[in-house]
Formats: sequence, C-alpha cells, structure tokens
Amino acid sequence: MSQTLVVCPFCGCGCNFYLDEKEGRAVGVIPSRGHPVSQGSLCVKGWRAHEFINHPERITSPMIRYGGIARDATWGESFDLVANKLISIKKEYGSGALAFLSSAKLTNEENYIFMKMARAAFKTNNIDHCARL
Amino acid sequence: MTNSIQEFEDAEVFFVIGSNTTEQHPMIASRIIQAVRQKAAKLIVADPREIKLAKFAALHLRHKMGSDVALLNGLMHIILEEGWEAKEFIKDRTENYEPLKAVVATYTPDRVAEITGVDKDSLRKASEIYAKAKRSMIIYAMGITQHVAGTDNVKSCANLAMLTGHVGYPSTGVNPLRGQNNVQGACDMGALPNVYSGYQSVTDPKIREVFEKEWGVNDLNDKAGLTLTEMIDAAERGDIKALYVMGENPVVSDPDARHVSRALRKLDLLVVQDIFLTETARLAHVVLPAASFAEKMGTFTNTERRVQLSRQAIAPLGGTLPDWKIICEISSRVGYPMNYDSPIEILDEINRVTPSYAGITYSRLKGSWGLSWPCPNEDHPGTLFLHKDQFARGLGAFDAREYIPPAEVPDEEYPFTLITGRVGFQFHTGTMTRKISILEREAPKAVLEMNSKDARRLRVTDGSIVTVESRRGELHLPVQIKQDIPESMVFSTFHYSEKNINELTICAIDPVAKIPEFSCAVSIRRI
Ligand code: SF4
Repeated sequence: MSQTLVVCPFCGCGCNFYLDEKEGRAVGVIPSRGHPVSQGSLCVKGWRAHEFINHPERITSPMIRYGGIARDATWGESFDLVANKLISIKKEYGSGALAFLSSAKLTNEENYIFMKMARAAFKTNNIDHCARL
Repeated sequence: MTNSIQEFEDAEVFFVIGSNTTEQHPMIASRIIQAVRQKAAKLIVADPREIKLAKFAALHLRHKMGSDVALLNGLMHIILEEGWEAKEFIKDRTENYEPLKAVVATYTPDRVAEITGVDKDSLRKASEIYAKAKRSMIIYAMGITQHVAGTDNVKSCANLAMLTGHVGYPSTGVNPLRGQNNVQGACDMGALPNVYSGYQSVTDPKIREVFEKEWGVNDLNDKAGLTLTEMIDAAERGDIKALYVMGENPVVSDPDARHVSRALRKLDLLVVQDIFLTETARLAHVVLPAASFAEKMGTFTNTERRVQLSRQAIAPLGGTLPDWKIICEISSRVGYPMNYDSPIEILDEINRVTPSYAGITYSRLKGSWGLSWPCPNEDHPGTLFLHKDQFARGLGAFDAREYIPPAEVPDEEYPFTLITGRVGFQFHTGTMTRKISILEREAPKAVLEMNSKDARRLRVTDGSIVTVESRRGELHLPVQIKQDIPESMVFSTFHYSEKNINELTICAIDPVAKIPEFSCAVSIRRI
C-alpha cells in the first residue's frame, strides 16, 4: 500500500490528490487537504480517476497495420518502422510533408521533447496540439 | 488566467461569458458560488442557456448565439455614456483608445438589444454592476472562442476590462478557463507551429540561435508551421504524408469528422501513441501503447499558470512505455539522439531555454504546491496575477472589434442552431472517462437536448429518436427535453464516438486563432 501525490488528469483546475496503490494497481483516490485548489475536495471525475488506469481495454503491445489487418508487434520492430518511414518520407517530399500533433493531456516535459524532435530532428514547425478544441 | 484561483474568494463581481463552469471547471465554479453565497459577490452570467451557474446570478443575459462582440461593445457603450470608465488607467496604461471609442459609439442600446435579444434595462444593469465594483473579473471559456469571431470575442473581453481598469490587480482580471489539464502547459512548451517554449518566436533569428545552441543543430526552420486544422487539409490534399499523433483523438474531437478521417486515410504514415485504442488509433499504421499519468512523473500547468509536479504512483503497465521514453527512442533512431535519464533532466533544459520557467525547478516543485509563471529565477516566488503595474508589452492596446454574424445561421431548410459541448460526467472525447463506471451510468449516451416548445412542435417527447441533419452529415439521436435551452436551439456533446456529433459540425475557422466554430444550422425530423 502506498499513496502518491498526483495531478488530476482531467480538467484545467489542476486539483491534486493521492493515488492509492495496492499490489501495483491504482485502487482509489484521496483528496489533498493542503492543496490550494482542491482544499480537500474533488469533483466526481477526480474521485474516480483511478478507474481507467488499470482498465482491461488499455493497450499493452505495439500494433502494426498492413492493409486492413492489424497485428501485435515488438517495440523494436515498431520503432524501426516509424523511424525508417519518417526518414524516407522526409527524403522524398521534404520536412514540410511531416506533421506532429502533441497533447494537452501529456506532461510539459513530453510536450517539450516532442516539439524538440519535430524541430531539431526533422526541421519542421508543423507541430500543434488540440488547444483550439 | 491573469488571476489565480485563490483570488476568486475576494472578487466582488464575476462576469461569466461562454463558460458552463459547473460542468467544465467544477472546482472553479464552487469558488464562484462560495463567493456569491458567503461574501455577497455579484454574479453576471452571459449565456443563451440556463446553465446551472445562472441560478446563483444577480443577472442572466441570454444573448443570442454568436452575438458576444455586440453584447460586449454594447456594455462599453453604456459605460462610456455614463462616464464609468477608468480615466486614469486608460491614460497611464493603455493606447489606441480613440479607435475603440469610435467603434463602440455605434453600438447603441437599441441596436445591441436588436442584435443580442437582451433588453436595454439588463444591458444597463450589467454595465453598472461590472464597471462600478472595484474588483471585477471576467471569466470565459470555449463558449466564446469556438466561433469564427473567437478572436474578436477575446479582444472584446480585454477591451472591457481595460476600459474599466479591471485588470492587473488582485482578484481583478480576465480569466480564460482552459479545458484539458495541460492545455496551458502544451502551449507554454511550444507545441504550437510558430513558437518555441515560452512563446519565443521561431522567426526571430536571435531566439533561433539560443535553441540551436542548446539543441546542437544549426539549421532550424525559420517559417511558422501548420496548425492542426491546416494539417488536416494538407493531408487531404496529399501535401502532408506523415502524421505522428501523441495522446490526441482528432477523429472524434475535430469538427467535420468525416473530413478528418478521410484525410487521415490518405496518409502514407499515421502513428498514434495513446493509452487506449482510440478511433484515431484504429486508422493508424503503427500504434504505440503509452503509460498513463499515474505511471510516470512529470509536470502539468493548470489554467492559473501553476506548474505542478505529478509523481509516479505505479510502474508502467506491462508492455507500455512512458511517452517521453518513446519519443527519445524514435528521435535517437532517426539520427538525433536524446539521452535523458528522467523527466527531471528535461525540466532542467526547459529551465535553461524558457525565461518564464527559469525558476520553476524540480527541487522547488518537489516541496511545494507548485509555482505560477512567470518565474524568472530560483529566488522568484512566482506570479499570482499578471499585468501588475504594466502589461507584458508595455501599454495595453485597445483593439476595437465589429460584430460579425456566425458562419452558418439557421434558415428555412436548417432552422435550428446546434451547439456542442461537454457534460460534467464525461470529459472531452471520452477516451478516459467512458472507462469509468459511475460516469457511464450517469451519462451513458449521446442525447439531443431541446426545449419543450420545440419538442411539442416536432411532436416528440423524451426518448423519441430524431434525425438531426446538417449540410455535412446526419445522425439519429434520442431527444431529452430540457428547460434550460432556448427555443430554436439544440445541444449535444462530443464525448461519444459511436454517435459522433462532429460529423455534423462546421469547419469554419476563426481567421486569426484558427479555432473552429462548432455550432451550426441543422434540421430535425421525427422518425
Ligand atoms: S477533480 Fe474535477 S475539478 Fe479538479 S481537476 Fe479533476 S476534473 Fe477538474
């Protein structure tokens, strides 16, 4: 059993809560009293935030699709496919043919290196996220 | 937001426009309600619907869909006529005042009442309450930004705040509420086509030099890139060949969804990195399974600019990897090695190249409830409210805007206005919330909310299935009768991919911010 302070994954209020862990799984949520926004409470979404974490529909293997058929793949194979394809498209059509869509649900660090990859590795500024939506 | 959430306690007036706060930002709504109940703060709600917050309002302006600029200009007209403007503030801290006066002068109460449908008496009352209080806040959300006139709406809110000197003080300001938990952070980090982290322009050679040095490259692209909606159009034309999507589900969240999936199917490579097999992932050539927020550490920036540390609670689910590790692998394999040991090292780099985040270091976040940017160095306490003493650009520039009608207005063929949004029990495209049992029980399926008078006219009742049709698509939905919706308007949500309301919505775009308009004209038939 452990409790870890996390940021709520849903809205922009930024409530914090403790995620209750049991045998490696997230099993519950305890609001933070001291947090300036939460002040000991949460909305219905926050209270249930642990439920999707260990949901059976989580995907646990990379997948590759040829034609209409998708199959499980290894990480190595998937990384190579993505990297090689991105390189060959860049070679053939230029960096303007690549685009990257980042996420308002991921961390600052992930957003930062994703945009760094688009800009430094592929030399394109075609990067955006769903802020407008 | 120019203010912090804790400052809501001491505001005297809240002017809430285009935000269904109780549903979308529950903890902020409860602050507003608390201030109204316990401290006699006054609440003005401007929204065509009878939203929950309106029950606590001193005044509810039910202006017509898309008439926000006319409404705001109308309030400014009355304020100027009565001499309630903040003369000192305007003189010392703003510019471009004369053009604003000229535009606003034409928005007489008669004309505004005509455009907005709000009576003159209410317009006057709202102006007086907002202008005369000392600490007034404007609060807005996607309800005013998702229009062809979105940028005009935002500018008009800023005009109103500056005209009355209601910005740059504690509990006084303009507060846009951001939807997802890290929209603010994604923008701050430069996940945008025209800026690096900290809103530093990609077209500025000096700034490019800083990033080239930090990143060890010498040929960064100096032209702004494509926005999301432009990317989709370019993919449809065949100009974009590869799209790498991380943690988003544009097939469901974007307007005119059929157009989006058609465009994505044309790509030579679609990579989707996510925790569930979303509708977008189903179209992907490669799907990369990511760890959830609980399985990694990192920082998120909330709507009040507070950067907070989220800690790793459990190990990544077997078979998944944290997004940051996936990015490092791909980048390294295309010949640009990234060897970060942990997100802490990435944050160190962010601190080095992002002046507004320079003092927001891991060691400070670890022992606090977060820090609000700008925070230029390690001794800086962070910034609770913005624009104290001066605006970021020096003087605050008024930017007068004219009212333009919505892109698609109801007509004989499509007589209803459809608006889309969220309900409190679900979140965005539902990828996460629909996996949660009680949320599914409370809000299990898409419905079309409509007024009882319209229902009677169409001879339908609760649960009747109707065909909703726009110029772009049609959908069958069960009716739910709701008194909070005005006549000739219907409402539905976009949480449910099996009934994707965005197949109907329009992709008319605000020319400046490129935010799509989500409301459109529809017809409704009983089946
Ligand atoms: S608990 Fe509710 S109000 Fe708080 S951040 Fe999460 S979704 Fe938003």
